Formats: sequence, C-alpha cells, structure tokens
Amino acid sequence: MTPDAKQGANPSKFAWFAARRTPLLFAGMLMLLAIVGYAQSWNLAFSLLNMCLVSAIMSIGVNMQWGYAGLFNAGVMGFAAVGGLAAVLVSMAPVPEALAAGGAGMLGGLAVALVSFAAGLVLWRRLAGYGRWRYLVVGMVALVGYFSMRALVDPAIGTIEAVDPARTGYLGGLGLPVLWSWLVGGIFAAIIAYFIGKLSLGLRSDYLAIATLGISEIIVYVLKFEDWLTRGVKNVNGLPRPVPYEVDLQAADWFRQLASALGLPLVEASALFVKICYASLFIAVIVALLWFSETALRSPWGRMMRAIRDNETAAAAMGKHVTWRHLQVFVLGSAVIGIAGAMLVTLDGQFTPTSYQPLRFTFLIWVMVIVGGSGNNWGALLGGFVIWFFWIEAEPIGLWLIEALTSPMEPDHWLRLHLIKNAAHTRLITMGLILLLVLRFAPHGLIPERKR
Amino acid sequence: MDSLLDPLVLMANFILVPGLAYGCQLALGALGVTMIYAVLNFSNFSHGEIMSFGTMATILTTYGLQAAGVSLAPLPTALLALPVGIVAAVVLCLLIDRFVFRFYRAQNATSVTYLIVSIGVMFVTGGIIRFIIGPNDRSFQDGARFIFSARDFKSWSGLGEGLALKTSQGITILTTMLAVTAIFWFLNRTRTGKSMRAYADNRDLALLSGIDPDRVVRITWIVTAVLATVAGTLYGLDKSYKPMVYLHLVLPIFAAAIVGGVGNPVGAVAGGFIIAFSELFVTFGYKKVAAYLFGAGVFGDGLLQMLSTDYKLAVSFMILVIVLLVKPTGMFGGKTI
Amino acid sequence: MMPFLSGENMIGGYGGVDILNGCSIAVEAGEIVVVVGPNGAGKSTAMKAIFGMLPLRHGRVSLNGVDITGLAPHQRVACGMAFVPQTHNVFTSMSVEENLEMGAFSLNTPFAETLEQVYGLFPVLAEKRRQPVGELSGGQRQQVAVGRALMTSPKLLLLDEPTAGVSPIVMDELFDRIIGIADRGIAVLMVEQNAKQALSIADRGYLLVQGENRFTDTGAALLANADVRQSFLGG
Repeated sequence: MTPDAKQGANPSKFAWFAARRTPLLFAGMLMLLAIVGYAQSWNLAFSLLNMCLVSAIMSIGVNMQWGYAGLFNAGVMGFAAVGGLAAVLVSMAPVPEALAAGGAGMLGGLAVALVSFAAGLVLWRRLAGYGRWRYLVVGMVALVGYFSMRALVDPAIGTIEAVDPARTGYLGGLGLPVLWSWLVGGIFAAIIAYFIGKLSLGLRSDYLAIATLGISEIIVYVLKFEDWLTRGVKNVNGLPRPVPYEVDLQAADWFRQLASALGLPLVEASALFVKICYASLFIAVIVALLWFSETALRSPWGRMMRAIRDNETAAAAMGKHVTWRHLQVFVLGSAVIGIAGAMLVTLDGQFTPTSYQPLRFTFLIWVMVIVGGSGNNWGALLGGFVIWFFWIEAEPIGLWLIEALTSPMEPDHWLRLHLIKNAAHTRLITMGLILLLVLRFAPHGLIPERKR
Repeated sequence: MDSLLDPLVLMANFILVPGLAYGCQLALGALGVTMIYAVLNFSNFSHGEIMSFGTMATILTTYGLQAAGVSLAPLPTALLALPVGIVAAVVLCLLIDRFVFRFYRAQNATSVTYLIVSIGVMFVTGGIIRFIIGPNDRSFQDGARFIFSARDFKSWSGLGEGLALKTSQGITILTTMLAVTAIFWFLNRTRTGKSMRAYADNRDLALLSGIDPDRVVRITWIVTAVLATVAGTLYGLDKSYKPMVYLHLVLPIFAAAIVGGVGNPVGAVAGGFIIAFSELFVTFGYKKVAAYLFGAGVFGDGLLQMLSTDYKLAVSFMILVIVLLVKPTGMFGGKTI
Repeated sequence: MMPFLSGENMIGGYGGVDILNGCSIAVEAGEIVVVVGPNGAGKSTAMKAIFGMLPLRHGRVSLNGVDITGLAPHQRVACGMAFVPQTHNVFTSMSVEENLEMGAFSLNTPFAETLEQVYGLFPVLAEKRRQPVGELSGGQRQQVAVGRALMTSPKLLLLDEPTAGVSPIVMDELFDRIIGIADRGIAVLMVEQNAKQALSIADRGYLLVQGENRFTDTGAALLANADVRQSFLGG
C-alpha cells in the first residue's frame, strides 16, 4: 500500500510529505548529524559524516549488484580489503633493500604460478570429455606448480621480511600520489570480481552468498598473513594523504588568521579543516558515481538490466546473454566497493588487515542496502548514512538509555554494573532489530524504487 | 619396525585424534544446518549464534552447579548442565521461528529473503549473548583432563612419540556416535521422521498426504537446536568458549554441509570429517615425520607445511569453493541448486 | 437413485473468471468414468472442484448421499476420496515402500494389510519395494503414485491425466491396472488427454467444452459418435 493511498485526517498534507520523501529524509539525516555536532562535538560530527560517505559508496556498489541484477554479494569485506591494499601498493614508498633481496625470487615464483595456471587452464579445456583423468592431470599440474612456486618464493619471503621488520619488512609500494590508489583499488577489485564472477555466477543466490563469503575470507587471510606484501598484523602506518596535515595547518599563517576570525581553537580548527577537505573529496566521488549510475540506469543498457532482473527467463528467451550482463554488473559493483575500500584506508591513514571483519563490512553494508531501499542509488546512499550513524551512536545512546533505566537502582548493584559494562553490545541488537523490522514492515526500505 | 610406528603415532596424535574430534563437532553442526536447509529451504546464517546461545546457557548452568559443589568427576560437570542448555536453545529457536520466520513462510518468500532475515537474527542473538555473558574467553572444563596422556602412552608403548586422548575428545566422539545414530534412526525408522523426509522431498504432496507442516517445522527446529547446543558445548569443552568464535565456525560448518551435499544427512556427517581432516592434513608440519622416514634435514630446514597453520580456516573455505564450482550438489548428492 | 459421487451444476474458477460454467459429473461404485475435452475445457478444474481444491460459486458435490461441498480436501480424504496429481506425485528420494507408507499417513492406523493389497495390484512395486522411486521408470513411478493414493482404502479414486507423457505400452499397462482397481468396487474418475484410449476402457464418459457438459454417454457410444470423433478425437 503506497503512502499516497493512505487516508489521513489531512490527506493532501500527507501527500505533500510523501511526494518529497527523499529530500526530507536526507534533510532529517543531516539534522541528526548537526545535533551530534551541537550535543557532542563538531569533530565527531564530521568524522561521522566522512565514514557515512564511505559507507554510502560501498552501499551503492552492493546495491548495483543486488538491485540491478539480484546478486547477493556477501564478500564485500574482501573487495574493500583489496581496495585498501591498492592504497598501500600505490602510495607507500618502495623499500629498495627488500626489492633487491627478494624481488627476483618473488617474480620467479609469480612467473611459475602464471605458467602453471595457464597450463592448467589449457589442459582443462583440452581434456574435456576425459572425465576423472581431467581432474587428476590438472590437479597434478596445480600441485607441481604450487610446490615449485613455493620453492622459489619461500626463501625470497624470508629475506624480504628480514629487512628492518620493525619499520618495513615488506616490499613497499610504488610511491605514486595517493589519489591514484582510489582508481587502482577499483581496478584490483574489478579483476578479482571478474574471476569470482566467472566461476560462481551460475550458482543459486544463497550459494553465491556463501561462495563470496568464503572467497573474501581467503582474501583477508592472505592479507593478514603475507607480511612481505602487507606487513600483516603489524599494519602499514603513515599512508600519504591527499589533504594537508593538521600540524602543517597549525603552523601556516593564513590558517591561524582564519581560525581566530572564526573564533575556534587552533587545534580543533585544523582537525575540522582536514575532515572537511576529506568530505569534499568524498562528496565529489559520490557525485561522479551517482551521475554515472543514473545515466546508465536511464540508458538502454539500464532498461535491459532491469528487464533481466524482473523476468530473467523472458529476457533469456529474447536472446539477452544474462550471465554476461550479470558479470558486468558484478564487476562494476565490486569496483565501486574497491574504490571505497581505498578511500577508507586513505581516511584512516593506515592499513589494518585485522579490521576486515564480516560483521563490520559485509553484513553491516547489507543492512544499509536493505534499510535504505534496494534497487535505487538514493536509497543506498541514505541507508549508508542512517545505518552508519546508528552503528556508532547506538553505543552512547544505549549507554545513556541503560543508565536512565537503571538509575533507580543503587550505583553498584551487580545488574546495573553488568548492564553498563555490556552496553556496547546493544548496538548489535539494535542493528539486527532494525534489519528485521524493516524487512517485515517496510521491505522496500526507506526509499522504495520508483517505477519508471 | 619402530621407525614406522613413531611417525604413525605422531600423525595419530596431531591429525587423527584431533581430526576425529573436530570432525564430530563439525558433523553435528552440519547436520543441523542441513536439516534446516532440507525442510525450510534456506541457509541459516544464524546457526553459529544458536550454537553459541545453547553453549552459553550450558556454561552458566555449569558455573551454578560448580558453585553448588556438584561434580561429575572425572567427567566434566558441563554434561549435567547440557540438558538445560538444550532446553534454552530449543525455546530460542521456537520463539525465533514463531516471531520471525513464520511470517515469511506464509508469504512464500525467496530463499535469499530468508538468508537476509537470518542475518538479522544473527545480529540480535549475537548481541544478546554478548550482553549476557560478555565477549571474553571462558573455560568451563573440569574433571579429568586426559583419558590417557602422552606420557602414559609413551611409558606403555616404549615409543619415542606419545599419543594423548583428552576427556573432551573422547566424550565428543562418543556423544557424536550416539547422536548420529539417534538422528538416523529417527529419520529412517519412525513415522514422524519419515514424514519430515517426505515434507523435505515434496512439500505439496506431503500436505496432500495429511502431514502437518507446522509440526514438521517445529520438530526440525527442536532437533536443530539440540544438535547445535551439543556441538557448541563439545567444541567449547575441547577448546574454550568465546562468542566471537562461533561466527567463524559457521563457515566450516556450511562448508561441511555443502561438501557432503546440502539437505543430505549422511553427506553432512561425511562432510564434517572431510573438512576437519583436510584442515589438519594441509596445515600439518611434516618435518618430524620426514625426519623419521628419510632422516633429518633431507628436505631442508622448513616445517614442511603445505600451508601455514594460520590458514587453517581458509582451507575449509577453499574446499567449499572448489566443491561449489566443481560439483555443487555435493559428494553425496543433496538438493540441487 | 443418487449416484455414488455427484458433482452437480458446478460453477467456479480462479480469481474472478469462471472456468466451470455449470457442469455435472456422476460416478457409481466400481465404474470407470472418464472426462475428456479440448485444452482449457476445465477438465482438471472440475476434478479439483470435486476434491475441494477449488471453491465453487454455485453447485454442490455429494459423496454417497452426503453433501461434502463445504469440506476441505483432507476432510474429503477422510470420507473416502483419494487424489493422484498429474505431476510431482511421488517422493522421489524415498523408497517405494516409504512412499506407500506416506500414502497411509493421514489414517494413522495399521496399514500392513492394505500394503499387501496394493502390492497385489502392482506386482512390479513389490519387487522394487526398497528402491528409491527416483530410480524407477516413468510408468513405474505412476504406479507408485496410484498405489500411494490407494493406501487410504478409498471408495473413490480421482486421477489427473495419469498417462500424460508415457509411452503407449506403459499406457496400456496403467489402464489395465485401473480396470483392476475398478473391479474391486472402487469408483474411478479420470481426466484424460489421450481421449480415444481412455474412452475405450470407460464405462461412461463426459466431454466438456468451456466448462459445460457437451456430450455425456457410455464410453463406447462416445467413441462411435461421429460428431465427437470428428471434432474432438481427430476422426
């Protein structure tokens, strides 16, 4: 039942709101952020804004795959991690000693791996029809290739990781400007998505979910344990940034004048300025993304994608190559997630492989997509904002709520202490409840897809 | 002769025995997942949290029993507390089905919808568990730790390598044998069990035959809750309890169910062992074994692992991905995709 | 005298559109009655209405003198009706014997005797009783489907296109079995697409067109009727 059909006391008034639902919801969201600014701090509000923007981009990527093609990608975590890796590999300075020590070995191992992969593929095709033998032969080629690669690569890894492990211990990057990494992050993710898609897009939706979840876990494992590439759990710190550093701002004259003119303390002003710079960059990316996306949707390509989504059998019967279209959308959506992953690492200034958890990435982004309204970008954008906001604010709100509810108890009552200590976990409950309630009572989300 | 026994005992100690125990735990978990899939036709991502919930209830009851001085030595007190944990998990599952999943059955929702809903259930249940018991590691094993220790074995056999059997491992294997026998007897020899298989096979015809769908669903959830609690408690006894762990266990469990053929109980049990042993075989360091068989240092200095131990969980994902791509209906044939 | 089964003047359909426009069908105990007609004539719909899977806007259904128009399908099963759907009519992953067991599920009474009777009717099933039905041939599967329905010892058996998609030899065998069932005093109502062959074993036949009775007569008479042959039986 659409809101327009509801009979209220003032039907025309309700209709006015309903027709302007999208801008009103966004305005409401911005107001919430402003409230945080007043009640808690402006720095916090802008931090939240930046994270909301990044999450929104991931959400848009997922929405492309779900809304346009009905694909359930549960591997968001992996694509975001790969985007983050790009930030490291593009923008960090190379480590010459490591390259000299182990570069040759790594290249040799890579060559062996590629050769055996190609051989395996060729053999797979040639031996089609030989049944079990095919598996045996290709399996042997894979094993031989793997162990040969290990023989070349293991000693190289050892020497690379031995180079000043406290500060580097890895190969480093290319030392290019960091904004390039956002693009490269998208490309990395797209390449991986291509292979994953080629292999698993024939599967039923929930199998695709499990397959993508599994593959993304493997990706994160590799990033966590291959120190020669990513420093593993030691993390990569001090990533270059596209915006000024706070200390540089504090030292600059023009900024000191600006801060005193606005009546803000210098340190706080510099932090705010940096965050606003990031926000502008992120907004620029979102604007570009939305522009591409909306144009694509209105184009014949977009209409065809929706035709396929709405009735796959009919579309296939009409000769549309469904799986190829699905692959396109899967790759594009993953590329967007990769870009966001690179942006996130740039914002953080460090690459932390252990931060890539399925709960925080895959499942949370899915809540964003569902709550926002699947099938349309504005919904994904809003969903990203709303859910990230409540993910962070649920903790202070939950704590405040529990303290209020237990205030009649004595201050060190065991139940009260226990509840306050574990208040942090209320946000899991809140997120889950929001998801369940939206799925049950408003399955089209906050911004339902408009019929075109 | 001795030089062959030593590496065999070494491998038995680090692969066979742990593999059997872990395989049993995965098998029980996979059985639950596969039954839900067979009857209700969706992948229940909240299964790990159900295991966690049942185990949590068992742990809290164990603490209560231990405080009251009750003990089952040399067996762990947790065995006494297990029925309470099971009841708690059953109640949870029935409530979840009544208030969450039932709505979507009436709507004939797609399996993806159920999947997303189960993610919501996972969030809420996980939050409740952490809220009640906190996120930290908890150990609740008591009683004798070993049925026989490595030292006992060495003195009995005179070999250089020892074989240990922990109490928790022995209980795991025994309990799993009982549980699996009971489940298979139930499904193949009782009227109710057969009606569940019929419902899973052809829902419309089952309804036509007068099989009560609500009853089938209810019993499925009850059996799943029992299996989940037992699996979770055995795992917690063997290693330790930490709410976070069960989120990671979900994937090997799904891997086991799918590798065996989802919807197929025999496949679930077999899949559990396949996954468990693969994880151990692939990440085991064969250095000592090679030393016994070929002499020390023949293959160089390395641990001789196919993949480092860090990658243990990754192995089950890899097997899962390979099976999904090569034979999605699983090794024993399950529901087709 | 009131026929054993009587569906009188049935009007109804799915949604707003009526498929049945006042058709009547009657079957006596031990009779084989066949319903034929062109596609969309409402044959399967009439059968579903008699079984209670379709609500009737008008008309009534009575079994052995008792008005059963308001009863749900499982209640009609309790009154002695059994229905064999056209497709998906067996549990493919279960054995022949388990399928038959499930047929008797709604009774919840000992069924060993009925099981032996069904095996008597379908000897090939007795041979393959432990085999999963999914491994059987199409004709054998249909036998399982019919046997499953017989496990409630019904007085009326409804068959929806039992020979759809089977070879002529298998069709003959199935019809032989159906004659055997009627010989035991069970009333058989059958919807069939293979009109000629079905009418040749029928005691009486109904030819439906657009939800109405167009021709009603004995099987032989319908086959001999030139109009019927011309328009509906392909000469």
